[in-house]
Parts: sequence; C-alpha cells; structure tokens
Amino acid sequence: MTATVGRPVGAAARASDVWKVYGSGEAQVVALRGVSAEFERGRFTAIMGPSGSGKSTLMHCLAGLDTVTRGTVMIGDTKVTGLGDAGLTRLRRDQVGFIFQQFNLLPTLSAKENILLPLAIAGRKPDPAWYDTVIDTVGLRDRLDHRPNQLSGGQQQRVACARALVSRPQVIFADEPTGNLDSRSGAEVLGFLRNSVRQHGQTIVMVTHDPTAAAYADRVVFLADGQIVSELIEPTADTVLDTMKKLDTLPAPTEAGI
Amino acid sequence: MLRATLKSLLARKVRLILSGLAVVLGVMFVSGAFVLTDTLGRSFDAIFADAYEGVDVQVAAKPKLAVGETEGEQVAPPFPAAVLDRVRTVPGVAEATGSVNATGARLIGSNGKAVTSFGPPQLGSNWTGGSDLIEIRQGRAPQADNEIMVNAALATAGKVTVGDQVGVLLTLASKQEFTLVGIFGYSGGRDSIGGANEIYFTTPVAQRLMLGAPDTYNSIVLTSADGVAPERLRDDVAAALGDGYVVKTGEQLSADAAAGLKEGLSFFNRILLGFAGVALLVGTFLILNTFSIIVAQRTRELALMRAIGASGRQVIGSVLVEAVAIGLLASVLGLAAGIGVGALLAYVFGQFAGGLTLAGLGVPPVAVFSSFGVGLVITVVAALLPALRAARIPPIAAMQDVATPDRPLTRVTLSGAVVTAAGAGLLALGLSGNAGDNTLVTILTGVLLAFIGVALLTPLISRPVVNLLGGLFSWSVPGKLGRLNSGRNPRRTAITAAALMVGIALVTGVTVILDSTKASIAGKAEQIIDAELVVAGEQTGPQPPTFEPTVVDRAAALPGVAAVAGLYNDMATVEGERRFVNAATDLAAVGRIWGAKATAGTVATLRPDQVALSEPAAKELNKTVGDRITAQFARGEPHTYTVAAIVPEDRLPGAIMLPKESAADFTQPKPYLALVQLTPGTPVAQVQPQLEELVKDSPEVSVTDRAGFIAQQTGQFDTLLRMIQILLALAIVIAVLGIINTLALSVLERTRELGLLRAIGLRRAQTMRMITVEAVVISVFGALLGVTVGSGLGAAVVEALKDEGITELVLPWSQMGLFVGLAALIGVVAAVLPAIRAARINVLGAIAHD
Ligand SMILES: Nc1ncnc2c1ncn2[C@@H]1O[C@H](COP(=O)(O)OP(=O)(O)O)[C@@H](O)[C@H]1O
Ligand SMILES: [Mg+2]
Repeated sequence: MTATVGRPVGAAARASDVWKVYGSGEAQVVALRGVSAEFERGRFTAIMGPSGSGKSTLMHCLAGLDTVTRGTVMIGDTKVTGLGDAGLTRLRRDQVGFIFQQFNLLPTLSAKENILLPLAIAGRKPDPAWYDTVIDTVGLRDRLDHRPNQLSGGQQQRVACARALVSRPQVIFADEPTGNLDSRSGAEVLGFLRNSVRQHGQTIVMVTHDPTAAAYADRVVFLADGQIVSELIEPTADTVLDTMKKLDTLPAPTEAGI
Repeated sequence: MLRATLKSLLARKVRLILSGLAVVLGVMFVSGAFVLTDTLGRSFDAIFADAYEGVDVQVAAKPKLAVGETEGEQVAPPFPAAVLDRVRTVPGVAEATGSVNATGARLIGSNGKAVTSFGPPQLGSNWTGGSDLIEIRQGRAPQADNEIMVNAALATAGKVTVGDQVGVLLTLASKQEFTLVGIFGYSGGRDSIGGANEIYFTTPVAQRLMLGAPDTYNSIVLTSADGVAPERLRDDVAAALGDGYVVKTGEQLSADAAAGLKEGLSFFNRILLGFAGVALLVGTFLILNTFSIIVAQRTRELALMRAIGASGRQVIGSVLVEAVAIGLLASVLGLAAGIGVGALLAYVFGQFAGGLTLAGLGVPPVAVFSSFGVGLVITVVAALLPALRAARIPPIAAMQDVATPDRPLTRVTLSGAVVTAAGAGLLALGLSGNAGDNTLVTILTGVLLAFIGVALLTPLISRPVVNLLGGLFSWSVPGKLGRLNSGRNPRRTAITAAALMVGIALVTGVTVILDSTKASIAGKAEQIIDAELVVAGEQTGPQPPTFEPTVVDRAAALPGVAAVAGLYNDMATVEGERRFVNAATDLAAVGRIWGAKATAGTVATLRPDQVALSEPAAKELNKTVGDRITAQFARGEPHTYTVAAIVPEDRLPGAIMLPKESAADFTQPKPYLALVQLTPGTPVAQVQPQLEELVKDSPEVSVTDRAGFIAQQTGQFDTLLRMIQILLALAIVIAVLGIINTLALSVLERTRELGLLRAIGLRRAQTMRMITVEAVVISVFGALLGVTVGSGLGAAVVEALKDEGITELVLPWSQMGLFVGLAALIGVVAAVLPAIRAARINVLGAIAHD
C-alpha cells in the first residue's frame, strides 16, 4: 500500500507523436501537433496551458474517448490506437478512471451505488478493505446513502474521485476536477487526489488551468497551440505561474502542416 | 415570438413527427370512416339506380307486414295475373311486364354446397325476354320448365357451366333439379350487381317456386308512353288499382332501396367513429406527455424569453402555436391517410360483397371539417396544461441549472380520486338503468371519466408498482438502471402507461363481457336443453338456412329417438306490434326437451288455433290462458289464437310459440332448427348418420351434437370479439408510439448521463438493455393497469346485466396474462429505436454537451 513518490516504474500512459485534426478545409483545426509524452506510474501529472491549447483533447485521446489522427497512444501495455468500440469500452471500464468537471454522477443512484457503478458494470466485486480505505480517505461514510442532489458540489466531486479510485485503474484522468468548486472544496479534492498518489501509488493525469491546482502535482506538462512547450518537476504555484508568464511572451509556433 | 417558436419547432422534427403521428392516426380513423361510408353510400345509389333503370313505374301489392328497420326487404306478396290486364288499360302505359322477383333461390355448386352471397339477395326471377340491363354471355335464356340461366358471378362461385345439371334450394319449395342453359351478365361487363345473385326460370316455374302460387306476379314493371311523366303515370295507376297496391317510380324505388342500406352504413359509421374516439383519447395522453417533456426541456429557453421581457401569456402562446402547427399538419396528413384507408376499406368491402362496383372515391365535406376540428381541438386541449405550466417558469430558471422540481402529487391524486368517483357514479347510474334515454351516453361518459381518473391516480401508484416490477430486472446493472429511470418521473411514466391502459382495458372489458355472455348462454343451454343432437345451419344472410319440414317427422320415427322439436321463426305483427315469433312442430316435444312446465294452462301439442306464451310476453301483452291474440304473418290473412299455456321465460325457445300450421305463412315456411332427444342408452353415433342421411338434400344444414351446437351458437361472439380486438389494436399501436416517444425524449434528455455511463465502461449492449428494461417496465405497468381497470369495467357491466340472463362472470385469465406478456414484447419493440440511439451516443460529445 505504500509506494514512494518520484520512483517511476514504467509508463501508465504514453502518447507518441500524437496529432489531432478537427474538420477539414477552411474549418480545419489542428488541436494537437505531434505530442509525445509519458505519464509514469504512481505519479500525479498536471497538464497545463491556456484555454484552447489542446489540454482536453490530449486527455480525451489518452483516455480512449477520442481517436487520434496520427501517432499512437498506450495505456499500460494496451495499444489504444486502433481499438474498436468494444475494446475501448473494456479499456475504459477496466484500466481507466474518470473525473469530469461536473455531472459526474447518476442522479438516480446513491453515493455508494455511484462509487461501485464501474465495478458493477464490469461484474466485479469490490475489495472490501480497499473500499473501506477509499471511503474513509474521501470522508463520505455518513453520506453513502445520499443522492447526488443531496450532496454539495465538493462532496459530489469526492464521490467521483472515490468512484475513479475504487476499481484501482491503471490511470485516472481528471479534466478540471475543481473548475466548478470554491477554493476550499477544491483544495480538499486536490489534497485527496495527491494522497491517493502518495499513499496508494495511484497514477493520475489532471488537466487544469489553475496554477494552484497544478502545484499539487508531481510534475506539470505545459501545452501551447497543441504542442508540449515546457515541463516542471515538483512545481509550486509560483514556479507554475512564472512558467506560464514566460510562455505567454513566447512567439506563437509557426503553422505546421501534417 | 412566432418566428422564434416556429424555428424551435422545426429544430425538433423527431418529436414533432412522433407526437403528431398519434393525432394523424386518430384523424385518419375519423376521415376514413366518413370517406368509406360516403363511397359505399354512393355505390349503393348507383347499384339501385342501375337495377331500376328502364323501370318508369313499378306496381307491387302492399306487404302484409310493416317494413322493419334492420331487416332489409320485405316479401312482396303475390297478386293475381289479372291485375296485369287491369294495369294495361290505364292510359299512358306503353308497356307492362308481369314480373316475379324474390329472394331465396340458392344454387348448389359443383361441390354439393349451396352458394352463399353473405348478405346481398339471392334472387329467383321469371324470364320475360330481357332488357338493356341483361347481356346473355353463354348459351340462351330458359325456355323449358327444367331450364335456368344464372348470372356470371354465381356460375363462377358455384363452378358450374352451361349444360350442367344443377340443384336449386328454394324457400317455398323443396330442392329442384335444372339444366343450366345460359349464363348472363349485366350491362357494363358486370358479373353481379352489388354482390346479388340471380337465377332466371320460365315464368310458370318462377311463379310456382318463388311465389308459391301459379298465375301470380309480385310486381309489374311499367314504361310510360312518350310524353307521360313517370310521376303522372304512377298516380294514374295507383288511382286505377286502389288500396292494396304500392305504386312507385323507378327513382323512388332505387332511393328507398339505397336508404335501407345506408341506414346500416350510418350505424357502421358510428362504430368506426367510436373507435376513432378511443384512438384520439390515447392520442391526447400522448400529446399531453410530449408537450410536458418539451416544456421541461425548454425550461431554460422559456425562462430566457421571460427574462428578456416576454409575458406569461406570450409563453403560453408560444407553446400553443406549436400545438396548432402540429395539429394542423397532423390533420392534413390524417385526412389524406384517411382517404386512403377509406378507399382501401371500400375496396375490401366491395370484394367481400361479391365484386361491388365502387362509385368514384369522394371526400365529403364532413370528413374535412371533422378531421381539422378533431385534430386541432385534441392537440390544443392536450397542450393546454403544459402551456400553463410553461407560463409559471420563473425568469431566474434561465440563470440556474434547475432540474424540474418534483412537485407533490397531492393535487393530481385528489383530482384523480374525484374524477374516478364521478366516472364510477355515472357508470353505476347508467348500468342500473336509471338514466332513461341517456343510458348509453351516461355509460360512455362514465367510462371516459374512469379512464381519465385512473390516469390521474396512476402517478401515485406508479412508484411502488414500478419498483416491484423493476425488481424483476434488478439482478443486472443495466436492468437496475433501467428500473430506476422508469421510476424517475412518475407523471411521465404514468401517462405513458395510462395510454396503453386505455386500449388494453377496453379489450379486456369487452372480453369479460362477451366471455361471460357466452358462458352464460352455453351454461343455460346445457342446463335447459335436454337434446343430444341438433339439426341446424350457419346463418350467413338475413335468414337462417332451413330444411324440409318432413325431416322432423322422419327423424321422430327413427329408432332410439324419444322426441324431436322442429322450430320455425319469423317477425310478425302480434296485437298490432312487431314481434319475433316461433312455431314448433310439437309443443309437447318442446316441453320435454326444454323441461317446460306451465305456470298456467298445460304444455301439450298446440291445436292450430292455440298459442303458448312466456311469462314476460304474457305480461307485456296483458293476456292470460283463454284470452285471444291476433297475429299477421308475412303471407296470408290475420289469424286469431287462444292462449293455451304460460311458461317461465327460459323454459321455452321463444316468447311466443305458435302451432306448426301457422308457419305456412312465415317468410320461410320451413324449420331452421330441430332438436333431437334420444331414448336413454341410445348412442349418439347410432342416430347421427341416419339424421345426416335425412338432411342430405339440404346442404346448408348439418347435424351436430349438443356441445357442437352450443359452440356454433356462441361462435358469433368470438367473431365479434376478434373484430373489436382488431379495431382496438389501433389504440394500442398509438400507445406504443407513446412509449417510443417518451423513451426517445428521455434518451435525448439524458444524453450526458448516457455519455458518462459509456465513459466509465457501460457497453453498447448494456446501454440498450437499460433502455429496454425501462420500456418493458412502463408497458407492463400499463398492461397491468389495463387488465385491472378492464376487468373491473367488464365485471360491472356483467353485474348490471344479471337480470338479462348473464349470470356467470368469466375473467379471461389466460387472455389477461397474454396481454401482459404482449405488453412486455411491445416494450421490447418500442425500445429498439431509442435504445439504438442511446447506444450510438458519442461519448465525448455527450460529456462536452451542455
Ligand atoms: N470537436 C471539435 N471540433 C473542432 N474543433 C475542436 C473540437 N474540440 C476542440 N476543438 C478545438 O481544438 C482546440 C483544442 O481544444 P481543447 O482541447 O478543448 O482545449 P483546452 O481544453 O485546452 O481548452 C481548440 O482550438 C478547439 O477549438
Ligand atoms: Mg478543456
């Protein structure tokens, strides 16, 4: 149960020369321009960049929610590129966890049922000890029978975190998980995510545009105009902010065809 | 505002199509009914105009009985040939032909079975040299007494050709053999006019066989001399002949004949409109639901309109404009579809009626007006509640992400209870027979209110019932999610289920009533009639098939036969009123077989001037034993009878039992039914073949045992039931559309949720299963409501009919089980498209969706 930080044991997810082009002709948008990146096991990586830089697109491609135009994506030993719907579904079910910005939960299910939903869908039984650990870490024990509409936004996001964690996926992808929360709830959720990495060796990739949020990560990857332009290890809010300011003053990369 | 509404309307095409479809189907039924009856009506007009073409004036003797409303043509009684000579002397008569033309001549086809026309007359006529109407196609007209000519349709149906020896069954004579010498058609290349069949004999043969008397006619056809108007000639001839004769112009005759059939048509029309009403009721539920969902989904948009200054009234207007647009479009399509359906039904009807030549398709104004009226009114009324709800959306809803709050069900439940109670009250009033002339309206309004009331109560019971039903599926994750989804919006689930309820409740109710009636009749027949064998035929036209009177005597003489009762029936005028009468070959035998014991007088063989009455008939006529009653039959002069016995109602085959001598004056002077009681210990199999031998010249009748006979008698209920089920199936189809609609809209509403589920690993097949479970739970819920409400309504009607002899309540358990099973299947079918749609949702698009 104890994995140490900063001791990478291979990549949980990897992108190699990934291109993503939306539309064609006049309306063509190149969202990713040859992105190559590795996300080590047991690490908390943040993807940062200005709005429209391709953060979400990269995450969607990594998570098997979207297909890449060129290049390959791997989750663990599984090559994501080229999988069909059934394969992608199985991948998402068994290897990946998700935390979205909002609307993470099914309104008809209680918190507990929401947490156990991915396992139920897969027809797997939860490991009771791990389940207890997760519930205690997110601090939701007395809220388990509540419906989402009876929970605060922060509690809902914690339920979403617990859901992502409980099946122990290869990697959890979180897209601006604190974007809709006030700073205190946001801090709770981020602290919880960091703990799950530090204490339980979970791999997490988080998209954010908030330097404070990025500071919770072990490493920050900076995107601009669909390319990785910089990287920080062991960031603090200040170093992140500095890097962003520096990037803002850089000239925009030249248009590259594909 | 209007532009904005119409734009958003176009953006919701699918929704529009589905909710509009319910109105389209209902309107289709309405306009179809009018188009059908209009087309058939004009076709009948044309037929009779044709049939009386070349007839300027026709003379007939006054019928002995007043014409009944539903029984078609009366026997035109024969009159002496001398009348023809008298008519010829009237000035203005150019030509006068004595004619014999009566129904009841049935050709025996090459397979030994009598050809039936299923309704239209089977005429026997005298050949008088033909007219422009008749075209001889093969052979020639009859010249000798053993020769006949038949119309082409009859020859085809009987598979007979010129030169064949053929048998003909007759009402007033026993079976006769003829040589077929000719086949004819009618002008315009027609094989038959309106499905009627016609056999031409020589005049003396026709007089003897069709009228039962030589040297008589039953009509004289006149053509007027040049310059003499038919009306003028009619009046002159009528004056010359005096009372006792009916003189009419050809135009009058054709109008009269068509009017008789049109009476039947308007009844048919009302039945179709009744089913249209059911379809529209279901459609109303569907539209109400659709608009509720639309308003719920448009909450933000409508709130934004309010926020930028639209008034509540404008919001109502914008919803209602949408309703009007849907109503108009649906009316147009429904009218068009109805014209098609009406034409198709008219064609089918024409085929059944032996190749009825249809008049051109016409769209009567009433079809257009009623289509638009019904389509618009139903849609707008159904959209009214959702529109009012839309007006209550606060502008702030534009800024917040408010899920439509779950309003408490108290009000809707209370009003449901009130409406249900009102419906039950009206039903009770109507069924108790205290509503006087308004009984039918009271009962129908009661049923309608009961349906609406139950629909209003449905949201309350939907939660527990849906949970219980859904429990069956909860073993799998998709099943459980589906169950939860179906319980999510009790109102929506309830209305969708209630729409299905209406159709199933009506089918169940009708089944309960008819099955109970059937069981009561069969039970009573079994209990009362002590006869092992029955001679009877299946009635396919206005009169039942008959057999020779001698069969009864010969059957009585067979070894092992204890008693035989032969029965005749007809309408007659008894003490000045039209009544149904029976005659028995031997009332003593009837007494043995029915267990009849007189409460006054004695049950014994009636003398020719005696009559036996049932207790209610004696009461109505105010007669006791020894009193006299007068009766006029289809033929002959009035007779007077003395009441010899009064018997409890169900111990006699009919209310007025006459001696067998009176049957000679009946429309059909032959028995239609014989009940044969065997001596104890005689096996049925020993007597049955001998009886069959006795009736071998009457191919229309057969010998069955009692169980077979009862089944044959109650078989008509099965046919009726099937017809009603087919018509009500439309209501069920509309309800299925409703389920599809609700599901499709729910899928749309839950796009993001579906995306989330897919993102965390729900497979496509599992997604589809989830939607299917939701559909099945809703439809089974509807079916359960339907069979419950339906058997309740049916039981209430049966209870009310106790005094009419429906003493047994039969609940069709297997049928009801079948309906619930079918509903599950309906759910699966209804889920197909929405499920595919749900499974195809683009995961990424759904998550990014706002
Ligand atoms: N479905 C799409 N169709 C076309 N362009 C898209 C689509 N999704 C994203 N884009 C474009 O791709 C670029 C990257 O978008 P995204 O990954 O959402 O940025 P970020 O998450 O960093 O704000 C943007 O220019 C955006 O407009
Ligand atoms: Mg983004």
